[in-house]
Amino acid sequence: MTVITTYRSPVQDGRDGFGQLVHAEWTKFRTVRGWVIGMIIAIVVIAGLGVFLVFASTANVSCGASSGTSSGPVQHGSACPGAALTLGPGGEPVTDSFYFVRQPLAGNGSITVRVTSLTGLPPGPVQPGLVPWSKAGILIKQDLSQGSAYAAMMVTGGNGVRMQWNYTGDTPGLTGAVSAASPRWLRLTRDGDTITGYDSTDGAHWTRVGTVHLAGLPPTVQAGLFATSTQYFPISTGFGGSNVNDVQTAATAVFDHVSRSGAWPASTWTGDNIGPPTEGIEGVAEGYHQAVGRFTVTGMGDIAPAIPGPGNSGAGHNPIGFYLVGTFAGLIAVIVVATMFMTAEYRRGLIRTTLAASPGRSRVLAAKAIVIGSAAFATGLAAAAATVIFGTWEAHASGYPLWPQPWSAELSPIIGTAVLAAGVAVLALAVGTMVRRSAAAVVIAIVTIVIPYFLAYASAVPAGIGTWLLRVTPAAAFALQQSTPRYQQVQAYYRPMDGFYPLAPWAGLAVLCGWTALALAAAAYLLRRRDA
Amino acid sequence: MEATIEVAGLRKRFGPAQALDGMTFTVLPGQVTGFVGPNGAGKSTTMRVILGLDAPDEGTALIGGQPYRTLRHPLGHVGALLDAAALQPSRTARNHLLWLAHSQGLDAGRVDEVIGQAGLTTVAKRKAGGYSLGMRQRLGIAAALLGDPPVLMMDEPFNGMDPEGIIWMRGFLRALAAEGRAVLVSSHLMSELQDAADHLVVVGRGKVIADTSVKDLIAAASGDRVQLRTAARTEAMTVLAHAGATVAATGPDLLTISGLSAERTVAALTESRIPFAEVSAHRATLEEAYMELTRDAVEFSAAPAAGGASQ
Repeated sequence: MTVITTYRSPVQDGRDGFGQLVHAEWTKFRTVRGWVIGMIIAIVVIAGLGVFLVFASTANVSCGASSGTSSGPVQHGSACPGAALTLGPGGEPVTDSFYFVRQPLAGNGSITVRVTSLTGLPPGPVQPGLVPWSKAGILIKQDLSQGSAYAAMMVTGGNGVRMQWNYTGDTPGLTGAVSAASPRWLRLTRDGDTITGYDSTDGAHWTRVGTVHLAGLPPTVQAGLFATSTQYFPISTGFGGSNVNDVQTAATAVFDHVSRSGAWPASTWTGDNIGPPTEGIEGVAEGYHQAVGRFTVTGMGDIAPAIPGPGNSGAGHNPIGFYLVGTFAGLIAVIVVATMFMTAEYRRGLIRTTLAASPGRSRVLAAKAIVIGSAAFATGLAAAAATVIFGTWEAHASGYPLWPQPWSAELSPIIGTAVLAAGVAVLALAVGTMVRRSAAAVVIAIVTIVIPYFLAYASAVPAGIGTWLLRVTPAAAFALQQSTPRYQQVQAYYRPMDGFYPLAPWAGLAVLCGWTALALAAAAYLLRRRDA
Repeated sequence: MEATIEVAGLRKRFGPAQALDGMTFTVLPGQVTGFVGPNGAGKSTTMRVILGLDAPDEGTALIGGQPYRTLRHPLGHVGALLDAAALQPSRTARNHLLWLAHSQGLDAGRVDEVIGQAGLTTVAKRKAGGYSLGMRQRLGIAAALLGDPPVLMMDEPFNGMDPEGIIWMRGFLRALAAEGRAVLVSSHLMSELQDAADHLVVVGRGKVIADTSVKDLIAAASGDRVQLRTAARTEAMTVLAHAGATVAATGPDLLTISGLSAERTVAALTESRIPFAEVSAHRATLEEAYMELTRDAVEFSAAPAAGGASQ
């Protein structure tokens, strides 16, 4: 009997660890041309559709249309597209339109009033009377130009007393509606560029509502009484288009006990209609009436940040982020690739080679998730960056007025799209691991991720259901693409098709991450438990 | 670490089918062990259990005394070819080996070495989807050799190979064993293992029927039977039965005798003056020995088994 010597390999033992698993999965990904092409298709679809829609917006905008049916961005009011949006002190588009009964205030001082009434027009079939954000009160403003800095104390149609400043700032004061039986006292004091607002129910006991700094406020400012009430757009939306009707509202407020301190060099009050003349309402005139210390002021419009989208104050100017609407189509390609990254191994029996080479099954899944997540992140980043860069270029070239935004605001939907694609890819991978069959897994991933978004976007389901879908399904993470903020103090249409989502970006991401974590845990459990 | 595969008491049930029913054997280094049995005997399942891919209901499978799943760089301990078709068709052969190498922390240099060993150098950059089954078998062998492991395990590696490939494979397996490796090769055709295997584990219905060297198996199957050709068949049967043999008529002038050696058969016939044309010791082929062993173990035989021969 010969003695057998066990074979000893001269091959050097390789490195050990998770890094080599990721390296192996990356090699797998990049060596299948179809997968790489799938990701490139996603980029082309997203950016291509975006740039095409910028082009279409340019062609679609026409002057003078104040209402009607349209399938693209529509323009309201008398302003033409291309007419510059009013920009606030922060550079953001704003609405600045109201009736102002004012006097110059030189240096420091204060103004105090009592409001006894805020009424709207008699309610009609499509006429709400007052709207929740009808506003009247006292205001200190840099000058009479639209978009200049201001601070105001006001009563509102449905949101109690507020202190608002520089369009985006908003702080609540006393709650409840104003009436003769329950009047509201308001006060603003100016000290340099600091303005403090107070409210009171009796004129004796005051509560400070807020103190704000209006940088660069000149020595002489305009101060006085104002009233305004927003346009109201009942909108009926169907698949692929929306029917917008604009209905003007007007607010009338009654003031008395007007008192001032400080230097007020003019001896009389002047009434000014700030902003472009709004569409009139028959029998209603903006203006004021003064009699024995009692002022009645009627105004229309709004003092608020402008909101983009049809039916909103900033219609006709879309942020570049709106043009990422092709993302859902690109994500289908990402989902197919991410799912196949796992299911193709099951189809060919290659999963046995993988798991024989790397018996730590959860580690294999984690390595795959890192690779496909990173590939999808890069895909989303490239697609969104290309959309923004080429879309902006196309808009400039054709004279389409994009929504003015700082570059940081354009960056957030780009990063958001990348994160969305990564999360969706990992979720699809987990679904593929659980289901093991390509077709079934792709269908499940598309139905749970893309279809809810599409239904809400295209208004194919009632708005309530659409909102619900964008809150609880993985599609909630589309909120990462929201490029302009939603203001709770501005009544507007915040619809998915206009780039507004019911959840904040981080909350939408959390919903997707929750689903992904759940799916990964289930996938890891099944992968470990099942025979390969 | 010893280059061994130890399988002990494996049981596994897939629904109503008992795939493994107490499978027990050991594969030793320095020889090619043939793992033979009809389709459905549990060969592939056993290999998947050894590789930690399938979990057995009972029993253990150890590589050099360790469960596979605890091995740090498994491909450095065991190289396995389970299914040559398990390839992403659009990936090239070299890239297939490359990701596998990366998973073990090995580099592209080692990939090119095994491509050369498997004789695939000229076609390594072609997509695996365009490979013939024989080329896929070679690619599978290259993958198994990647970690230069002391234990090799191959499931039906001869499938789809042309005669030249089969000869190459036999020589290759023997050379690997001669280096001191343990080599386990499954097949459902014993003829493929002729001249390749030194040791045989014959299985049927999920358990081991025979665990023996090739030499012993053939000897056992041949038994002590003697074949006799004679014109005087009836007389010869009488005389030989009287001499203590069990005699069966297997042809018009042919008798098969057991229980009596060839010398004593000739002596008895000569003594009674019975003429005969030829006396020969019956020698079984490996194939016959195998057929005899597995006759009862075939799951779906074409006709009911004719019992008794192997008892």
